[in-house]
Amino acid sequence: MIKQWFNSGTPWVWLNAAAVSTSLILVVGLLALIAVRGAGHFWPSNVAEFVYQEDGGQVQTIIGEIVDTSKTGAAMARAAGYNIESDSEVLVQYLIKTGNRDLTGMDFRWLSARNIRQQQYPLEMIVLERREWGNFYGFPVAVKENGAVIATGPQATLLMQERLQNALTIFEKIGHLEKKEIGSINYELEQLRLQQKRLELKGRWNEQAEKQIAGEKAAYQRQYQQNQQQLAELYRSIRRDSLVVRAANGQELDIPFAKIVRIYQPNAMSLPAKTVHYLEKGIEFLTEEPREANTEGGVFPAIFGTVMMVLVMSVIVTPFGVIAAVYMREYAKQGFMTRLIRISVNNLAGVPSIVYGVFGLGFFVYILGGNIDRLFYPEAAPAPVYGTPGLLWASITLALLTLPVVIVSTEEGLSRIPKSIREGSLALGATKAETLWRTVLPMASPAMMTGLILAVARAAGEVAPLMLVGVVKLAPTLPMDGNFPFLHLDRKFMHLGFHIYDVGFQSPNVEAARPLVYATSLLLVFVIVGLNLVAVTLRNHLREKYRALED
Amino acid sequence: MTRQKSRSSVIDLDLIMKGRKTTGIEEEDICIKVENLNLFYGDKQALHGIDMHVPRKKVTAYIGPSGCGKSTLLRCINRMNDLIDSVRIEGRILLDEENVYESAVNVAALRRRVGMVFQKPNPFPKSIYENVAYGLRIQGINDRKTLDETVENALRGAALWDEVKDRLNDSALGISGGQQQRLVIARAIAIAPEVLLLDEPASALDPISTLKIEELINELKEKYTIVIVTHNMQQAARVSDYTAFMYMGELIEFGNTSHLFTNPSKKQTEDYITGRYG
Repeated sequence: MIKQWFNSGTPWVWLNAAAVSTSLILVVGLLALIAVRGAGHFWPSNVAEFVYQEDGGQVQTIIGEIVDTSKTGAAMARAAGYNIESDSEVLVQYLIKTGNRDLTGMDFRWLSARNIRQQQYPLEMIVLERREWGNFYGFPVAVKENGAVIATGPQATLLMQERLQNALTIFEKIGHLEKKEIGSINYELEQLRLQQKRLELKGRWNEQAEKQIAGEKAAYQRQYQQNQQQLAELYRSIRRDSLVVRAANGQELDIPFAKIVRIYQPNAMSLPAKTVHYLEKGIEFLTEEPREANTEGGVFPAIFGTVMMVLVMSVIVTPFGVIAAVYMREYAKQGFMTRLIRISVNNLAGVPSIVYGVFGLGFFVYILGGNIDRLFYPEAAPAPVYGTPGLLWASITLALLTLPVVIVSTEEGLSRIPKSIREGSLALGATKAETLWRTVLPMASPAMMTGLILAVARAAGEVAPLMLVGVVKLAPTLPMDGNFPFLHLDRKFMHLGFHIYDVGFQSPNVEAARPLVYATSLLLVFVIVGLNLVAVTLRNHLREKYRALED
Repeated sequence: MTRQKSRSSVIDLDLIMKGRKTTGIEEEDICIKVENLNLFYGDKQALHGIDMHVPRKKVTAYIGPSGCGKSTLLRCINRMNDLIDSVRIEGRILLDEENVYESAVNVAALRRRVGMVFQKPNPFPKSIYENVAYGLRIQGINDRKTLDETVENALRGAALWDEVKDRLNDSALGISGGQQQRLVIARAIAIAPEVLLLDEPASALDPISTLKIEELINELKEKYTIVIVTHNMQQAARVSDYTAFMYMGELIEFGNTSHLFTNPSKKQTEDYITGRYG
């Protein structure tokens, strides 16, 4: 009976189904965990005011949002030094984000639930997101202009948003001036300096050149002076207003609006208002630059860097992989050598990625980059241009890492083109190259895309080798901007994968950064899925177009 | 009819007198001469000393059991066997008195003169139009007007124009097998070859499509020298003017079709066409 059941194949079907479901549940569970932990980060939770008395201590007021709850059994709590009487009692503790790092020196603290005497949610409570020192939790007291109080109480609450908007507008202008205008003037001045040095090295530095460069320099200097004046003006006006706030312990603080990013009153917000706030924060996360050692603000440079690197890598790896595969499959004499090469290529895929990183640093950066600098950028010495980790070298290193995948799938695709199609083309008087170019390669293009998809999936998630060949914690400029030649492959860049590692494990404030780690992970998954979707759509389109004969 | 008859008697005489496996076609009527052709796959010899003359603007059929070498012989004419690494060829094939196995011969140019249609329809995954225009585009002809004209003529020549004229830009993979095979023929005649090699062109088709292909072959022989390989003896009898019977890599008998089928001079040929083996 059992044997019959076994032979019927039913157990295998069940086993396969179980394996598939387990994998699915794991993947969905992973995504759900990341999504829940990450997406909750931007929700404006209510801020409570606690009246708290430690065992035998004095009464104090604490303000903050509850981030986490932990329950400990009596025995363990006693072992940890808590004074607990009955065995049935459970020690409940809350992790409170108290902010105000500048006042207390820490952002988080644990409170025992049984020591909380009172807990309330005052409507006038405000949260300040600041450019430094993290969040501030407290109450608004007054708005000051040029040091003089102009509004207090409810008027202050009304006026502060208006003044904040004003300050934010000015801040944006300052950012534009500093980054765009002055940034590009600095870039041009640097180019002039390099040009001068280049001429000097070539021995063509004469009076005429000197005059010309001095003239251009002076023009830029004048522009710079103008911008500087404007900046000084803006800085004066942004410093005009400040907000007086009161912290939990009653201490009053004068915070200039220039240092504030956002003010909100979570306890007074309705659900729609909170949703709007949530979306704003989400957009900020996607489009803004990071603040405060990457633990606040957005991750835009990291998204940009990741996508940019993957694109440059694709541009490099596809032609190389395809050409190699075409040679091996179509032209090389099949024999011991091709077998050996194939085995080597397959084994390359198994080399640990950090090894590629070391190779990239040793060969690409130091040898290749160093020589490029010596040959083409002697004027920049001793500062390296390409002789230092950067986007180009990171992309090439990853291209090398993913080359085997592209070669293998292209070869696979080439071997699947029916012989009859090649013969049909040859019989019409096409040469081998013409046949390849006009028929075989287009028909193999879906297979190439498959290789590219696998390559992108692997490359976008790779972090270890990048740390050696170009990724940095904070890149001052994007690898693409308005200064000629627009795409700067020599620049260092930020990467989502490294950003996760950096925020989660290298930042001074790990507790605060943890939700950000989940949010960034979720984003990285989405970026990779997005890149893959583009490639898959393209491949399906090609497949439809070059659907081969059924045989 | 009378002319054919009178010629067949000449052939008989020739065969008997010379003992050669060639017909007595006058020199100027010979398009392809195969002279003492031996072909080896590695160590295995697949063709043994083939000698034959293929007449111009006639249909010549190769018949014989599977594996007798008829397709191999056909593929020698446009050097398709070059694609197989282990093949070695001795002897000569003269196309208009020029040896196609001369090292100076441009293989691509040769294949433009000798078109080929394969057993299974093998259209490219492109539009019907682009399939027919393929050979021209390879020659660098991209002028729209020339292309349009040639494509239409080729499709008319392959008796396909009326069926596909409204969907020239549709994929060639969307038409029926019989239409695909005629498309492939159109593709071959678009580059105006002198010779058409047909390698069992109807074996993958249904009877009606087969009939159409056979009618087409009849029309095409006015312009082209046609060599056809077929399994089907009735087909050979229907479409060909001359028939060659091959067995085990050797050319057993070659002659006028009606003569070969009604009055074979070799025992093996008789056994084969009467269905005793093969």
